[in-house]
Amino acid sequence: MSSSPNTRIHVDESPIDLERLRQKLPDWLKRFLPSGGGSHEDHHGKGMFGVTIFLLSESIVFLSFFFSYIVLRLTTPKWLPPGVSGPIPSTFVVINTIILLSSSVVIQLAERALSRHHLNKFRLLWLMTALMGTYFLIGQGIEWKNLDFGLRTGLVGATFYILTGFHGLHVFSGVILQVIMLVRSLLPNNYNNGHFGVSATTLFWHFVDVIWVILFSLLYIW
Amino acid sequence: MTQLQVTDSANLGNTAETNTGGDWRKYFGFSTDHKVIGIQYLVTTFVFYLIGGALAAAVRTELATPDSDFVSRELYNSFFTIHATIMIFLWIVPAGTGGFGNYLIPLMIGAKDMAFPKLNAVAFWMIPPGGILLLSSFFVGAAGSGWTSYPPLSLINGQAGEFIWILSVLLLGTSSILGAVNFLVTLLKMRLPGMGLHQMPLFCWAMLSVSALVLVSTPVLAGALILLSFDLVAGTAFFNPTGGGDPVVYQHMFWFYSHPAVYIMILPMFGMISDILPVHARKPIFGYRAIAYSSLAISFLGLIVWAHHMFTSGTPAWLRMFFMIATMVIAIPTGIKVFSWLATIWGGKLDLNSAMLFGMGFVSMFVIGGLSGIMLASVPVDIHVHDTYFVVAHLHYVLFGGSVFGLYAGLYHWFPKMTGRMVNETWGRIHFALTLIGFNLCFLPMHKLGLEGMPRRVAEYDPKFAGLNLMATVGAYILAVSTIPFVINAVWSWMYGPKASANPWKALTLEWMTSSPPPVENFHEEPILWTGPYDYGIDFEEEGEEKSVEELLAEVKVDVG
Repeated sequence: MSSSPNTRIHVDESPIDLERLRQKLPDWLKRFLPSGGGSHEDHHGKGMFGVTIFLLSESIVFLSFFFSYIVLRLTTPKWLPPGVSGPIPSTFVVINTIILLSSSVVIQLAERALSRHHLNKFRLLWLMTALMGTYFLIGQGIEWKNLDFGLRTGLVGATFYILTGFHGLHVFSGVILQVIMLVRSLLPNNYNNGHFGVSATTLFWHFVDVIWVILFSLLYIW
Repeated sequence: MTQLQVTDSANLGNTAETNTGGDWRKYFGFSTDHKVIGIQYLVTTFVFYLIGGALAAAVRTELATPDSDFVSRELYNSFFTIHATIMIFLWIVPAGTGGFGNYLIPLMIGAKDMAFPKLNAVAFWMIPPGGILLLSSFFVGAAGSGWTSYPPLSLINGQAGEFIWILSVLLLGTSSILGAVNFLVTLLKMRLPGMGLHQMPLFCWAMLSVSALVLVSTPVLAGALILLSFDLVAGTAFFNPTGGGDPVVYQHMFWFYSHPAVYIMILPMFGMISDILPVHARKPIFGYRAIAYSSLAISFLGLIVWAHHMFTSGTPAWLRMFFMIATMVIAIPTGIKVFSWLATIWGGKLDLNSAMLFGMGFVSMFVIGGLSGIMLASVPVDIHVHDTYFVVAHLHYVLFGGSVFGLYAGLYHWFPKMTGRMVNETWGRIHFALTLIGFNLCFLPMHKLGLEGMPRRVAEYDPKFAGLNLMATVGAYILAVSTIPFVINAVWSWMYGPKASANPWKALTLEWMTSSPPPVENFHEEPILWTGPYDYGIDFEEEGEEKSVEELLAEVKVDVG
């Protein structure tokens, strides 16, 4: 009984809160998802927003692969066929991983150089990222060649090659994008009015790196 | 379009004139105008609808008699597989989202075009190759393991056809994802200044929910199909039990897309109906926010109910309970919509033209499909009728009685805007009557067939089912015939129909504030948001007579100016 005054206050307050919430909601949504400003910035904003949405969607393809990998691994009684050691985090793989991850820092520096209009610095760092990506791809190829199992070696082989292959395809696309952006930087005044392509490639590259971290933990460490 | 050109009203008339004549060749090229792309989607998918319908007619012809006597059993399997694939991936999904979404969204939010016009055109131009690829698989023996393509059946049932099927669906899925990115960015970033999310027409809310759903679910189908294609071609064993794989994992991935897909196929029509009913009933929409938020609720709930398709796949009992309850909960937001529509037309001044008839037909037929859906959601009933004609009846009531009726309603409603011509109402009503009769004659008996135990996807059946099957076949033929008046009416009206004014229905949403058809970049001058999208019949009592929208607009302009 003693709690009844509290309850009454609560009842009195709640319609006001609801009303406020209802009035707040549109504003809150608007702030969360702002509508664009000027025409050029607007274009850039729309573009990056679109790329972000696309990458979120793309990450779900990877999530679906991770999901099937985890489920298959948990439910298969004998994951490793006899005589197969599975993927091992050798020094070679670790170096490869470090190269890929540090390229994320380099590409970020490159983009910053471009926003400060240091074009030559941008080109150098950007080229370095592309080379690091290429190194990763070649390293991945060498690792594939030296493994003691193939695509058809049970589920361990199938999941390993699909996951690393699909990720490698993304790294490859990233390098292609980087080369295109590098060539574009050689055109006179190309990046004077913003550099949506460079920002998008940078975001894509970070995405590819994050995926690799998850992949590495699932395939090599687990 | 600069502002200067516009203020001259004679110029407005001229523009409309040249647009109506139009260069028809633009519809066959790589146009980036969202209106051209929208019409490209609608016409292309309608052609595929007719092809899918012909396959359905062949299936029903086979089933007219209990014996397998019309086509070979393998061909029969391919017929129903390709029928379903076409209807889903080449008609309802691209027509509802790609067709109406592209045509209407920029107009409804007062934008000049979509956020990424080129991407939009690329997304459309994936549809015809995808469809032609799919149909070409008949030359090598088309896929015949149902549109679900469950392994291991799909792995042993004709490799080439199955592989082409996978490629085609991947292509169409990619198109759908690119479209969704475009819709989401357009809706969130390109609205007219002053148009908050809550001033958007309800179709835009529906497309917001659909786009989110496409972006979350379609990639999982892509993942499943990539793995399936490796099983098929490279000899891996993700889903192949003989190699240690697990076919149930495929089912989970497949339905994680394909259950949301039914909402991808119905939510745009929910949106269109919410826009059509108030116009032809001359009443404000009942429960704007309830309808808007229930779309979001449906798309969220739609993501967590997929395993109700798998009650007989060895799903553990506790998981079945969760999916059963979650599925039934979807009836709540859906019911909110249905009651809001009923309250909208209740006591309204109904104009029973073709658009309104199909709109009301949509609500009634969809409710029947919804009721059988609740029956199927309950585990004991589902285990009894799983893979019987009861399921076939249910899915056709929601996908044909729902989605296709909704598409027809939308086509009749926006035909004047798209073409600048009015359709012939008499033939529209004949089309509606034939569709309604044929549809119910075809699919109502299937409920009984399913409850009596007739399995789906069979070419021959127990002779005791013969009577009802013959009835369904007659219904299917009537449905086939019903498209003839529509096609003739649409083509004839597009060429020779009476000219439509800018706003023949006296509607309040922005797409009616520009000429019919709208010019390139949509508006002759920046449109003014002077009313809510559904403020019908408000404050007209004292005026004695309803003012035309132009008069009201003129008044507002005076006020603003």
